[in-house]
Amino acid sequence: MAKAENTSATSGNKLLAWFDDRLPVSAFWNNVMTGYYAPKNFNFWYYMGSLALLVLVMQILSGIFLTMFYKPDAELAFASVEYIMRDVPWGWLIRYMHSTGASFFFIVVYLHMFRALLYGSHRKPRELVWIFGMLIYVALMAEAFMGYVLPWGQMSYWGAQVIINLFGAIPAIGEPLTEWIRGDFFISDATLNRFFALHVIALPLAILGLVLMHLVALRENGSNNPDGIEIKANKDENGIPKDGIPFHPYYTVKDIFGVGFFLMIFAFVIFFWPEAGGLFLEHDNFVPANPLVTPEHIKPVWYFTPYYAILKAVPDKLMGVILMGISVAILFFLPWLDRSPAKSIRYKGAWYKIMLGLFVIAFLRLGMLGMAEGTPAQTVEMRVWTFVYFAFFILLYFISPGAKTKPLPERVTH
Amino acid sequence: MNMKPFAVLISMVAMLAAASPLFAAGGGNLQQANVHIRDTAAAQRGAKLFVNYCMACHSASYMRYGRIAKDLELSEDAVLENLVFADAKIGDTMDIAMRPADAEKWLGKVPPDLSLIARSRGVDWLYTYMLTFYQDESGGWNNLVLPNASMPHVMWQLQGIQKPLYATDESGHEAVDRLVLHRPGLQTPEEYEGTVRDLVTFLQYLGEPAQLQRKNVGIWVLLFLAFFTMIAYLLKIEYWRDVH
Amino acid sequence: MPSDGVNKKRRRFLVATTSAVGAVGAGFAAVPFISAWQPSARAQAVGAPVQVPLDGLQPGQILKVQWRGQTIGVLRRSEESLSLLPEVDAELRDPGSEQSEQPGFAQNESRALREEYLVVNMHCTHLGCIPQLIPEVGAQPFDDNWKGGFYCPCHKSKFDMAGRVYKGVPAPTNLKVPPYSYIDDTTLVIGVSPEGVA
Repeated sequence: MAKAENTSATSGNKLLAWFDDRLPVSAFWNNVMTGYYAPKNFNFWYYMGSLALLVLVMQILSGIFLTMFYKPDAELAFASVEYIMRDVPWGWLIRYMHSTGASFFFIVVYLHMFRALLYGSHRKPRELVWIFGMLIYVALMAEAFMGYVLPWGQMSYWGAQVIINLFGAIPAIGEPLTEWIRGDFFISDATLNRFFALHVIALPLAILGLVLMHLVALRENGSNNPDGIEIKANKDENGIPKDGIPFHPYYTVKDIFGVGFFLMIFAFVIFFWPEAGGLFLEHDNFVPANPLVTPEHIKPVWYFTPYYAILKAVPDKLMGVILMGISVAILFFLPWLDRSPAKSIRYKGAWYKIMLGLFVIAFLRLGMLGMAEGTPAQTVEMRVWTFVYFAFFILLYFISPGAKTKPLPERVTH
Repeated sequence: MNMKPFAVLISMVAMLAAASPLFAAGGGNLQQANVHIRDTAAAQRGAKLFVNYCMACHSASYMRYGRIAKDLELSEDAVLENLVFADAKIGDTMDIAMRPADAEKWLGKVPPDLSLIARSRGVDWLYTYMLTFYQDESGGWNNLVLPNASMPHVMWQLQGIQKPLYATDESGHEAVDRLVLHRPGLQTPEEYEGTVRDLVTFLQYLGEPAQLQRKNVGIWVLLFLAFFTMIAYLLKIEYWRDVH
Repeated sequence: MPSDGVNKKRRRFLVATTSAVGAVGAGFAAVPFISAWQPSARAQAVGAPVQVPLDGLQPGQILKVQWRGQTIGVLRRSEESLSLLPEVDAELRDPGSEQSEQPGFAQNESRALREEYLVVNMHCTHLGCIPQLIPEVGAQPFDDNWKGGFYCPCHKSKFDMAGRVYKGVPAPTNLKVPPYSYIDDTTLVIGVSPEGVA
């Protein structure tokens, strides 16, 4: 197909034309930016996607630089982190960017997932957006777990010990499996080195690929919105959704503002509260790993604690592992569990507000209990909230189809 | 602008904050150290205390002498004269001569490196630890914060010797109720608290030498980001006039 | 969508301003990453200046020390060696040390701060081998008129008693002189020039 020549073009346009003859630059830009129509009623919850992408980029950048100084050897790892903190010019800043970024990644991702629960963004026809997102989440959890082992502090070592031992609960194959994961008879240098390779190369590549698929799947149907109605149902004479606005410039400028605001919070933590009271950088991890001394209180980093609480709630080791696995796996099925005619919480009945509210409280309380020692009273409470957690999914399936909904609007509201 | 999403988020954060005692570190009976990390004079005194009282057994292998000179506003000569005893050079790390194998033989346990002790234990723990050494019935040293600690009270000459007063608690167990000063030392209790505070100030610095620089840079970063965000906001509302 | 001119100007201004401030921010953000590549405190400590005591060093004797991964030779020269230096100028590639690397104070005939001692980086400027010191005057297999100096066994480069390279040998420039200074009459320190640390 012949491409039109632009004779009165500026040098900038000529340069663009040169590229366009060889790569689909303008076509891409029109497709995903200026020609991609997003609903005009995005609210606060819709910042999280671009922020998650920002955090991913920051983690990769800070991570690459950390790899220049970090030594993935059990004898040298801990000292190499202190080398970064003290001897490498600005090394402390790069390290805090990475440790803070890890926690902020989960804050942003949890808010991002919650948005889906609010507005039904995971429902048909966007099930694959959700599935790819869930795969990113699982990969992210693995990435964070392995990253935390690398400083080789007490929590790194003993956290790895506890979590890998969970695999030992699997009947028959459990023991050989844990030995295979460790690469040794106990957590050692072999484990550290392979976790380093997975954390630096394998999982980041997987995450990048999954993010790409997540965005392609999103682009296919376009975004959902807080009213849960499809803006493509209402197009003007040019085929453009009446409630849609081009992503560029409207959401580019909005997201830039979001980035600025987010970076202020991020910078505050990095420069004034990097440990976050022991939540982002745990106190015990400033002690070098010692296989002979178990810390008083082993617990995972905050973003895993809800699932850890579910594990602890079950008295049997294998059943606990299975239930913990199901608590993540069940999220994959969410697009098919909600059968309400209304996608958005705004048009479902009060039942959904109550159930979702309880689910949030359950997740938060489980998270806090996962950090605690586990007194008998706490164990009872963990069981209660575990029940509430699962009840949300089960009740959602049964209540959603019949429950009354408010009439859905024709056009988006606010 | 629809405030409901914010309301939801704020109430979630508020709930977490309300239950925050759950996050507090254990060991509730710690005294407040009240360390002011910008008190350079205190940190300097603490450095001298550390080298004189602690470094016989404890290394600080991640810290270089030259860094102390730069951060605590001391000349390299002052550091070499007052803080370096062996023939270490200014760029060297604060290692000690005692080998771990010997330490284990002579002391029973290897005294841990103290570079990061303020980050793992916290300044209040360290402060209380150095204040609550006492002589127990066996005639040896014990400690309220770390019962049956292997470490002797290296600063006993300054504090004096404390002895415990026992009391029976609710479950019928006899436990140390409080400590009393049995034999006074060279310093009054207030002076000794100041000494420990100086030492702990230095230990907090030792744990993270970059903290002074970190906060100073942070202020500028936040100011710049606030400026950028404001301009970005003006840009956003200008374009969004089209939509509203 | 409004189309009056004032609006467009404001938008262009705001886009330009945001871009400019953002670019400045990106520049600031790059500083820590680029600085992280500078030699660390550990490298500075390992590359710290090296003191060399001079007592006991005889004329014609060389003392070798390591500084920043390089072998540095401290050579005490006799009066005779020093007097012979101008005589070989004609055979040298760069007798005035204009192409070679040395501190300002060493751009002279003896290439030294005090002519009695030559402080020189021993690595041959060809491919880095360490030449042999042959201080005696007299015929050598590689030179009938040898006035003393350094001979590199790897590819046969020759340097005089001030480390200056001869013509017709593979090495392109004179042996380098590192920054150094005297702490007192019997101690010099390599890595600290007379003005301060290198």
